[in-house]
Amino acid sequence: MKFGVIVFPGSNCDHDTYNVIAEIAHQPVQFLWHDSEDLKSVDAVLVPGGFAYGDYLRTGAIARFSPVMDAVKKFAAGGGLVLGICNGFQILTESGLLPGALMRNAGLKYICKQVHLRTETADSAFTNSLEKGEVLQIPIGHAEGNYFCTPEELKRLEAEDRIAFRYATADGAVTAEANPNGSLSNIAGVLNEGRNVLGMMPHPDRSSEKLLGSVDGWKVFESMIGALAAK
Amino acid sequence: MNPIPSAVVPPEPVAVTPELLTQHSITPEEYDRILKALGRVPSLTELGIYSVMWSEHCSYKSSKVHLRRLPTKSDRVVQGPGENAGIIDVGDGWACAFKIESHNHPSYIEPHQGAATGVGGILRDIFTMGARPLAVMDSLRFGPIDSDAAIEPELIRKNHSIVEGVVEGIASYGNCFGVPNLGGETKFEACYSGNPLVNAFALGLVRQDEIFYGKASGTGNPVIYVGAKTGRDGIHGATMASEEFKEGSEQKRPNVQVGDPFMEKLLLEACLEAMKTGAIVGIQDMGAAGLTCSTCEMGARGGVGLDVELDFVPQRETGMTSYEIMLSESQERMLLVAEKGREDEVLKVFAKWGLDAVVVGTVKPESRLRIRHHGVLVADIPNESLTDDAPLYHRPVGTWKTPLPAEPPVHAQEELTKDRDYTADLMKLLGSANISSKRWVHEQYDTMVQTNTVQGPGGEAGVMRIKGTGTPGHERGLAMALDGNGRWCYLDPKLGAMHAVAESARKVALTGAEPVAATNCLNFGNPEKPEIMAQLSAAIDGIAEACTALGTPITGGNVSLYNETRGEGIYPTPVLGIVGILDDVTKAVPADFQQADDAIILLWPVPRGEEPNPDLKVPFTPEPMRYPVVEAEAEVVADADSEDPEATATAELAAFGSSEYAKVVLGGVWGTPPSLDLEAEADLHTLLRAVAERELVHSAKDISDGGIAIALAESAIRSGIGAKIDQDESLLIHPLFGLFAEPASTVILTAKSADVDEIEKLADEYGFIAARIGVTGGGNLEISVNHEPFISASLAELREPWAESLEAALHREVLA
Repeated sequence: MKFGVIVFPGSNCDHDTYNVIAEIAHQPVQFLWHDSEDLKSVDAVLVPGGFAYGDYLRTGAIARFSPVMDAVKKFAAGGGLVLGICNGFQILTESGLLPGALMRNAGLKYICKQVHLRTETADSAFTNSLEKGEVLQIPIGHAEGNYFCTPEELKRLEAEDRIAFRYATADGAVTAEANPNGSLSNIAGVLNEGRNVLGMMPHPDRSSEKLLGSVDGWKVFESMIGALAAK
Repeated sequence: MNPIPSAVVPPEPVAVTPELLTQHSITPEEYDRILKALGRVPSLTELGIYSVMWSEHCSYKSSKVHLRRLPTKSDRVVQGPGENAGIIDVGDGWACAFKIESHNHPSYIEPHQGAATGVGGILRDIFTMGARPLAVMDSLRFGPIDSDAAIEPELIRKNHSIVEGVVEGIASYGNCFGVPNLGGETKFEACYSGNPLVNAFALGLVRQDEIFYGKASGTGNPVIYVGAKTGRDGIHGATMASEEFKEGSEQKRPNVQVGDPFMEKLLLEACLEAMKTGAIVGIQDMGAAGLTCSTCEMGARGGVGLDVELDFVPQRETGMTSYEIMLSESQERMLLVAEKGREDEVLKVFAKWGLDAVVVGTVKPESRLRIRHHGVLVADIPNESLTDDAPLYHRPVGTWKTPLPAEPPVHAQEELTKDRDYTADLMKLLGSANISSKRWVHEQYDTMVQTNTVQGPGGEAGVMRIKGTGTPGHERGLAMALDGNGRWCYLDPKLGAMHAVAESARKVALTGAEPVAATNCLNFGNPEKPEIMAQLSAAIDGIAEACTALGTPITGGNVSLYNETRGEGIYPTPVLGIVGILDDVTKAVPADFQQADDAIILLWPVPRGEEPNPDLKVPFTPEPMRYPVVEAEAEVVADADSEDPEATATAELAAFGSSEYAKVVLGGVWGTPPSLDLEAEADLHTLLRAVAERELVHSAKDISDGGIAIALAESAIRSGIGAKIDQDESLLIHPLFGLFAEPASTVILTAKSADVDEIEKLADEYGFIAARIGVTGGGNLEISVNHEPFISASLAELREPWAESLEAALHREVLA
């Protein structure tokens, strides 16, 4: 199975994401340049973190017009797996691949720290090796991670079991104190209708090695590999 | 492009008036020197070029004669001072480039942009050498942020805005660029109110055979300008940074450059990719003094000249004069020399990244800087007159005697004789500005991007993994730390500077790394004052001595003088950055407690020249401490055949006067910094490496600000694991000094009980005493002597003042 990591001008977690696939998953992986619609027949697309186009105008607002995103939309429509991390999540919402928007953090500052997430659904290609309710320690690093959607959208996300992760305490309690950025309903990650696109603000790419303090993020990649193998 | 003809009309002379020279901070003597170098009256552009190149910031004219005393060589040093950054060999074919640089003046005038462009500048210094930045750190010093009756509310409010702006500026630049920030130092002292210090450190990795230098060569080779367009920002920034601030200095805001980290990220990727083509001969960033500095320095290093046509320089504004283009400090620009005929390969890479890249000139055999604008020669200057032959001053070196008292002030003496509640004192220290948690600062930084951060901010040193080295899962690592202590240098510049070297090296050694090289940022006041030169000269002597003893040569750095506002100088503040190497990064030792039921070990040096006493139980500090001197205790020491006990007590009291406790709790500063034995310090580093290599210790922490009490409290709070210390009285002959003194070369380790014997044995080999003083575990910090509690508090109680006070102070409204 082949992975592709998109590189926008200003992406800065592209190498980190690439490294997880190449060195830890030991799977083929290649970079996909923003200016091309050619996805090089990859089996899964990873939209990495960073500051695509310098976050000018609004996070993800310019990246959505990149030729590569046209190809990603078609790829997703055909059932291909797309994982957006941090800035990648912002780009996926701007592109309309995921509902909602990511606003400035409630505290108005960039926050980088370890947080805990509660797994809200195991029913997806990104969470199938997790159990519902399982608590993960995965770091965040963003200034615009404050998830927002309309009440109707939230109702639908909940009804369709499309909230993948919520910020929680180490014991798995979803509380206001555990919410680092003011996200609606503590939402840290959401799935699309087809359950083949996931966007999440926390960084599984930064928590896939023991040396870096946590391996909980690896389970997201492990799930993807399992899902692709089963295809 | 048409080459500049060799016989040309010389640049048009400017009408030189005393006012014009003053505006350019050029003295009459310096002007005579210009006349001699040129053999004619300079043009306005030339005068501007001399003004920036001969500024203190670019020429080091006041400090250079002293800097020569610094050690700069070792087997590891690939590149010493004089290039964009120093480079050391880190093994496995890898080298690391690193440097620290100040951005003090701009950060006062416009905190956000000043600090941001400080980060941008130091990053360019690293990647211009072909190194991909791996980590940054900052040494920050601000004025007080807590309401204080003695300080005008207006000043406190201003300090708040500087802290907020500087931290935000650093965060915004580094986060977007994509380099992890490993913290550094954040300190507060009244003397930095009108003059904050923002010293930015960066380190990058490069293959040893892929290093690039800022050196032009090859007659006929094209000179290429890449990156952002040139605007009118930052003109005379270097000159501004070489003056004292007066009323109205805020008006110089247009002199501060504006940074664009996104542009810098593109520039990084494009430069590294262009270097891979093999078509680049030399490259240098345009930082201070912009196009001027890069053109004359690249030419001078290569013994060639650069002929530049300003009409080709990409410009953001219309109608810019040659003076403005040459002196602009617009950010995110580079100048490179490519191989003739291969320029297209280079230009193509920059086009891919959407960046301007334009051939603006040619390399010439004669070592002269020639600038043409609109077809007219506007500058024609021998390179050397701008660089190597710039003025050098042997400024008068006076004497420095600290105005602070040698003895404790009366109110401190009174405090010292009172019965004390040590738990309350500990809480007060934990909530004080210099000791409290800097989480509010560090959480604004991306500390993890690039997925190499093994130890981020808050510990002793930052530790990074080097991907692709060692064996998989056991890669090599780099440890790095920054340290300075202005107050100690104010009391004794030489000893204080030695401590800065020793402490930053100690922090690196605590992780198990071998400290191998250093960079320094020398922040001082006005060098035209003999007493300031005395501070500078003494501090350089201290750094030289300590760096030699500890095997950490200086590979580069920066001098920042004129740190005075309205005649008020800062404390002399040399800041040291030390880099160390770990052969196996998985063996890096963390700072905080790791598990319950570990033995807590205090490690301190046997005074050199004395035989270790095997019967010695546990004297807490190298020289036991007592004040006020109690008769019975004095006898004990006399029996122990020590030196004159009263002299010892006096020395210890003097050292205690420079502690954080004296300042915060007793409300006074006096005396001297603690004594420092460099031989013992060097042995400590070897010992720490030995215990780390054998994986004998679980954590290692320095005794520094606030003494052993604070070291234990921080470890406990950060880990959530308590500690119980119970000792007989030999530990704490006088608890105050035992708990809160800041002796050098003294550290706390934790280890499995079963390993304590081996640690003791190793310590003994290196002339150290390792004494088990307690055990980790529980939810409290308890320190007792003979079962009598001196300090007892729950971690939750201790956490509160420590965790919240910085943010609370910034958010508290300052009322008049």
